[in-house]
Amino acid sequence: MKRDDKAVRYDPFEIEQREWKQRQTKERLKQMLTIASPLFLLLMWELLSRTGMIDIRFFPPPSAIVSTFFGMISSGEMAGHIGVSLYRILVGFLLGVIPGVVIGLLMGLYTPIRHFVSPIVMALMPIPTLALLPIIIILFGIGDLSKVITIAGSVFFPVVINTAAGVINIDSIYLDVAKNYGASKLDFFTKIAFPGAMPVMLEGIQMGQAIALLTIVAAEMMGATSGIGYLIWVSYKAFLLQEMYVGLILISFFGYLFSLLLRGIQKKMLPWR
Amino acid sequence: MSRKAKIIIRNLTKAFYKKQGSVTALDDINVTINDGEFVCIVGPSGCGKSTLLRILAGLETPSIGEFTIAIATDGENRPLQSMVFQERGIIPWLTVEKNVAFGLKMRHLPKKFIKERTAYYLKKTGLEKFSSLYPKELSGGMKQRVSIARAFANDPEILLMDEPFAALDEQNKFILQEELLSIWSETGKTILFITHSIDEALLLSDRILLMSSQPGKIIREIIVEMPRPRKIEDIRENPAMAGQFVEIWKHLQEEVQRSRREDE
Repeated sequence: MKRDDKAVRYDPFEIEQREWKQRQTKERLKQMLTIASPLFLLLMWELLSRTGMIDIRFFPPPSAIVSTFFGMISSGEMAGHIGVSLYRILVGFLLGVIPGVVIGLLMGLYTPIRHFVSPIVMALMPIPTLALLPIIIILFGIGDLSKVITIAGSVFFPVVINTAAGVINIDSIYLDVAKNYGASKLDFFTKIAFPGAMPVMLEGIQMGQAIALLTIVAAEMMGATSGIGYLIWVSYKAFLLQEMYVGLILISFFGYLFSLLLRGIQKKMLPWR
Repeated sequence: MSRKAKIIIRNLTKAFYKKQGSVTALDDINVTINDGEFVCIVGPSGCGKSTLLRILAGLETPSIGEFTIAIATDGENRPLQSMVFQERGIIPWLTVEKNVAFGLKMRHLPKKFIKERTAYYLKKTGLEKFSSLYPKELSGGMKQRVSIARAFANDPEILLMDEPFAALDEQNKFILQEELLSIWSETGKTILFITHSIDEALLLSDRILLMSSQPGKIIREIIVEMPRPRKIEDIRENPAMAGQFVEIWKHLQEEVQRSRREDE
């Protein structure tokens, strides 16, 4: 075959580079869409609300909500509500996670404990802690303690179940390795059971975090005198919907923030994944 | 050449009890393996060869019978045995270095000693550069090197290997087999190695034990006379070895067909 010397010689890297650039553009477009979607929602809301297409009394424009938010901050009432809620979430979360992890590990490691505890856990789990709120208030009063207990109760279950499952589902070959190399009970726990259960356990803690936020709002609606949930409830009752929306958006913001935080911790703690 | 007996297995039987019908996995096994010997067990799948290894590894108990592993008289405090597990037996949450050091750490030896011994075997297996990586970043061959280094670093009386190269591609398998033979000749360890590959058994072992299935019995013993170092091409060219290959092949064939007939 005759070779055509005049034919354009393509540089393979040039072609690949062009395709790489195209892929990059596509990636950027996807990122743009992710950022644009909430902005789009807010913009639509603003527009529809301002033009009166949706009832401004129920859906005040986001710009009005933002200015209400800054007003509440400068008056100093906001910091108090946020601080109290965060404190309750944090303490309640820890009070749920720590026993959840400990009992979960015990259930995973010792079969008799598992068989004894798991029916109790299974029976109690379906009861919403919020339904127990009246009794919790009777027992622990209307102060911080009752909120903290309610959150702890809700966080405990996903953590305990995931931790136990994390230990049980460790591939049996690692148990064989530990036994073959003569691991003591303590070494087995620190080198095999705990790190092996960690991924599933952290998933449970992530779930617990989401539940803690859901719970705090509801817990603060009943028998509370401060907090973001209280703010939402009181504003609603007084028909101050802008203030109510401020509360809702705060919850959404903290939920997102905590998720990111826990994901970051997860990445740090599981470098081997 | 008469050498000291290292592993003695006497009248060892293992049955598994199930409601739907019990199975005799191992039936009256009697074997003596000498000090420094490399022995391969070859048999059809399900013949109980893994069960035998797991019993020696202390992961299962025999129903009847016993085995002993002789302790060397050089005064070193060694573990009786260490197992080279299949590829997924290395622990994903430990780095390569910590995986290799695992056995030594479990025995709580002095830190400095662990570090030196680990470094020696990391170097020996070409893993030095990868010591701080996690297993997920390693290829199959590299993972298997970690498993071998971990067992040798533990300096046990005997080594047990459960089809360690089964998941590797041909090229990697040859390389690792050679590396294993080189470490073996240097350390003089006694190795009991399970495989279903006849080539692998002929290349590696001094002696091959052929097993039948259900009940698992050792039905023949083949001494591999070929001088070392061996190469896979030598084995293919050597008529005596080819004869042994065919002999083992026929046996496996018969065993598979027999068990198939019995299943029907």
